[in-house]
Amino acid sequence: MNAMRAGRYVVAALLSLALAGQAQAAEVVIYSARSTQYGPETAFEAFTKKTGIQIKTFGGNSSELFERLRAEGDKTPADVLITVDAGNLWNAARAGLLSKVDSPELLANVPANLRDPEGRWFGLTMRARTIMYSTKRVKAEELSTYEALGDPKWKGRLCLRTSTYIYNQSFLATMINRLGEPKTEQIVHGWVANGPILINGDTKILEAIAAGQCDVGLANTYYLARLLAKDPSFPVAAFWANQQTTGTHINISGAGVTAHAKNRASAVKLLEFLSSPEAQQMFADGNFEYPVNPHASPSPVLARWGKFKADDVNVAAAGEFQAAATRLADRAGYK
Amino acid sequence: MPAPEAGPLALERPGPLPLPSRWTVAALGVVAVLAVPVVAVLSSLLHPSREIWIHLWRTQLLELLANTLLLLLGVGAGTLVVGAGLAWLVVHHRFPGRGLFEWALILPLAVPSYVIGFAFLGLFDFAGPVQTGLRSWLGPGFRLPEVRSYGGVTAMMVLVFYPYVYLLARSAFREQGGATLETARSLGRSRGRAFLEVTLPMARPALAAGVALAMMEALADFGTVATFGYRTLTEAIYRVWYGMFERDAATQLAAVLLLFALALLAFERASRGRARFIQGSRRGLDLTPTALEGWKAWAAPGACAAVLGAAFLLPVGQLAIWAVASFREGSAASATLPGVARNTVLLAGTASLLACLIAVVLAYAGRLDRSPAVRLSAQFASMGYALPGAVIAVGILVPMAWLDHALTPSLERMLGHPIGLLLTGSAAGLVFAYLVRFLAVGYQTVDASLARISPSLDDAARSLGAGPTGALRRVHLPMMRGGLLTALILVFVETMKEMPATLLLRPFGLDTLSVAVWAATSEGQWQEAAVPALAIVAAGLAPVALALRLSSRSTRF
Repeated sequence: MNAMRAGRYVVAALLSLALAGQAQAAEVVIYSARSTQYGPETAFEAFTKKTGIQIKTFGGNSSELFERLRAEGDKTPADVLITVDAGNLWNAARAGLLSKVDSPELLANVPANLRDPEGRWFGLTMRARTIMYSTKRVKAEELSTYEALGDPKWKGRLCLRTSTYIYNQSFLATMINRLGEPKTEQIVHGWVANGPILINGDTKILEAIAAGQCDVGLANTYYLARLLAKDPSFPVAAFWANQQTTGTHINISGAGVTAHAKNRASAVKLLEFLSSPEAQQMFADGNFEYPVNPHASPSPVLARWGKFKADDVNVAAAGEFQAAATRLADRAGYK
Repeated sequence: MPAPEAGPLALERPGPLPLPSRWTVAALGVVAVLAVPVVAVLSSLLHPSREIWIHLWRTQLLELLANTLLLLLGVGAGTLVVGAGLAWLVVHHRFPGRGLFEWALILPLAVPSYVIGFAFLGLFDFAGPVQTGLRSWLGPGFRLPEVRSYGGVTAMMVLVFYPYVYLLARSAFREQGGATLETARSLGRSRGRAFLEVTLPMARPALAAGVALAMMEALADFGTVATFGYRTLTEAIYRVWYGMFERDAATQLAAVLLLFALALLAFERASRGRARFIQGSRRGLDLTPTALEGWKAWAAPGACAAVLGAAFLLPVGQLAIWAVASFREGSAASATLPGVARNTVLLAGTASLLACLIAVVLAYAGRLDRSPAVRLSAQFASMGYALPGAVIAVGILVPMAWLDHALTPSLERMLGHPIGLLLTGSAAGLVFAYLVRFLAVGYQTVDASLARISPSLDDAARSLGAGPTGALRRVHLPMMRGGLLTALILVFVETMKEMPATLLLRPFGLDTLSVAVWAATSEGQWQEAAVPALAIVAAGLAPVALALRLSSRSTRF
């Protein structure tokens, strides 16, 4: 019977696919929401060279990788989850998808506020979300804090990303953690009252500032660094917000070992390597992000902006207060 | 000719023939499997996340509903006018460049909506070259109307989705032939009146199918509304899911989207009405296009060129510029491109063939069966089209993983060693997702094409001794060739462009062109995305070109 033969082929094909998916010795499987555009992940290659352990990555959006990891349960091929934004890591840990790692090396390499207090995830790179301004129409002295962007003098001059954007949500979440909901809502009301131009894309915000559509905005540091690396005369500069008060808001991309990792030892080894000064330097040079390890130095473009005081609240707050932040933005009419 | 409804089918089943019921059983079986994700999404309504709904109601729900409705109306009206208007022009008129436009106007189908939206924004934004140029010329105070607006979003979607209406309208107009139009003319109607009173109403099933597809696409679209900052239900789904980590509430919002889709399908059925229009067997042989003269001879190609330019040349040109720039900077993205392109074509080819096969089974079973059960359940299963890809993907992932976990222990006992997940993250699982998502495209197209075949032909075939299967093979399928081809192309191109479900469900290590686009665009690196995006457009052109060759051949006899 043809149908039976076809059926047998299908079963055989499915089995071979399933077996091909099996993890072999000396490899680590990563689910990564870090776009490949953060530069070629040279750190992975260095790890393989050093240890002989192969790395396989599977890319996707944070929330969707989360669903896949959860659905796969104890059968997941993933050993490591890498995502951007602390909120996503916090959420994965809450759902029991990540396991605790006891590693003195990781504790030493990653500052306490950039990792899970319970040891389930660790920041690997850091980025600041700060005030960007036109060097042609704004003087640095006019700027001070995020709160002050609600000052009427910025009416019609402010560009913001939509509130849907994860980095904005985490930004508001840490603010809620610091100042409480009523105060934060007041601040957001201030921004909304200035009729901000809402733009989807940090690069687009920076270009809008350069073109004169607005004069100030908020963006992640590496977006500006990328533009400046291409065109040093790009007329936008970063201002370190809240230096006299809470410090500039920071976020991370980071990683955790999955709860059902098949290659747990190698996975821990990978995390330790990624937090080492050697790998940290590669991250820093690859995508203009700040290394989390104080023994590595930021890329020259970032170094030119000088040191800044970063908000030292634990980035886990981004997850804890994220839902509250989304609701707050809705209430305040920040779209 | 407009023929009165002949009842369900005017054929008597001779005696205890088991075959028709076998068709029904097959159709219902397929539908039952394909409907699982839609049921999974709808069943979320059983446990409403009350608190989230109260929050949404207080802050935005009415605005979301109104925005969604407005968008649907705008896209529906826009695609109808543009799609049917262009089809009317190229089928019934002769003007310079007609031969070129006739097929070229399908090309925008190959452009993913996320690409066209981004290209337009890049060009017409405040910081873009157009406005910058105008400001330096007309002074710094000069402003164009805001592109991030209702008008902007609607225009984008009309440009991307009009080809559905155009394709279906074109083949409908063609199959009508010229005789009906001439009859109307001989009864004293002007060409325009004849078009409005005869040609359009007769093409209603095709037009309704096309518009319904365009509107369902608009419902499911997240990329464009997000890029343009226009708040719809779909946009809120992602906000609740990604921003509040509330996937259940997000799924419930998606279930509300499904209600919109249901309303759309009801509208589509209703607009087909009780009348059925049946094609003559001579397939447009008697078409005598009118030569346009004077200003009209230039206005017609002008209109075609404007649409084609905006919907195709402009975004593709922008992509080409980016691609060249990324080559200059020595991008590494193109090294893996051939393999990735092959994966994409294989997946899309498999999905489109299967989708058409299933569509034929469903449509034909619906024709044979007197009860509306098959028809209605097929419509129900195809609603996955109106859902955002990520939502339907989770609706597939969860039951599939459940099945996997239920099956593997016994399989492992049989084999004696542990195995991974068989379905989750397999190519078969991904193809299943494509079927759920794009069945509507295949089904609507095939069904509309089948509906134009006169039931008297079924009778004739049966009286000559052919069973239902024989009649399908020897009578219906040859007559439906155009419709089948259209369905194949539509599903193929759709599958190639599909991004969210592919990202979530693809097998480990299997990347497609849309995954390559995602990898670049998720961090706003559009220049890097240009090469794979162009590859999608190019791979989408191949089937379009093939279809045109075949369809021009088939009109010859």
